Amino acid sequence: MTETPDPAPAARRPTTLKRALGHIISCKDASRLVSKGEEGPLSPWQRLVLRLHLSVCAACSRFERQMAFLRTAMQRYRQ
Amino acid sequence: MAAADISRDLEPQRSYLLRVARLQLRDEALAEDVVQETLLAALSGTGFSGKSSLRTWLTGILKHKIVDAIRKKQREPTVASSFGDIDAEMDIEDFDALFNERGGWEPKPGEWGASPEEALNQREFLAVMDLCLEKLPPNTARVFMMREVMELETDEICKELTINANNLWVILYRARMALRLCLEQNWFARND
Repeated sequence: MTETPDPAPAARRPTTLKRALGHIISCKDASRLVSKGEEGPLSPWQRLVLRLHLSVCAACSRFERQMAFLRTAMQRYRQ
Repeated sequence: MAAADISRDLEPQRSYLLRVARLQLRDEALAEDVVQETLLAALSGTGFSGKSSLRTWLTGILKHKIVDAIRKKQREPTVASSFGDIDAEMDIEDFDALFNERGGWEPKPGEWGASPEEALNQREFLAVMDLCLEKLPPNTARVFMMREVMELETDEICKELTINANNLWVILYRARMALRLCLEQNWFARND
């Protein structure tokens, strides 16, 4: 059986435009917004630039998952 | 639940309450006092309905006792410094150092594995967590515990500690950055 090549990696590679939009904010700013989002809703602009950034930045996506883990861990701490 | 059952169940909760109180008050004697008051209130009250867990109920009582203790402390002029040097504390750990001049991660957050949640069932992980919380600067730990364990709303914390919302965000951000780094260095990197 022949395997069809997986077209996904190429399709997922962000376009130049997407990359540019993703870098409206830096990782430093993105990490601050992730934390701030735990305290209350972000403004629509903050939500947008954060989403754009997370869509092209693996490190910040990882950071966001780790913050979610931290929240779960603190919930467990309470039980 | 009968009173006798409650008093029997309270003792194992004592060490947890004490740990939480210590982290927030950073004052051994005062922490003992608030836990004592919490347990007395629990024994005399009829508030426990069994709807929430015993720990959740006790934590709810402890929350009020800690807030009272902080309020009282702030009224004493001699210990006004209890929260006065928050700005100094914020300078100590400058997490901007975790980023390069262009605002990129330096170093990048590490890989925590496919299911870091499994760590939560391990006693050793919870010990590392305690260690990381204890390593936080006192005021940072206090604010973080008020938010994440006592579940106080941000405006309540600002009111109790007379800090503004912006200070609060910075403190919580730094607490999370410090805890993330500490857990990564002392648990996740070690278990690769």
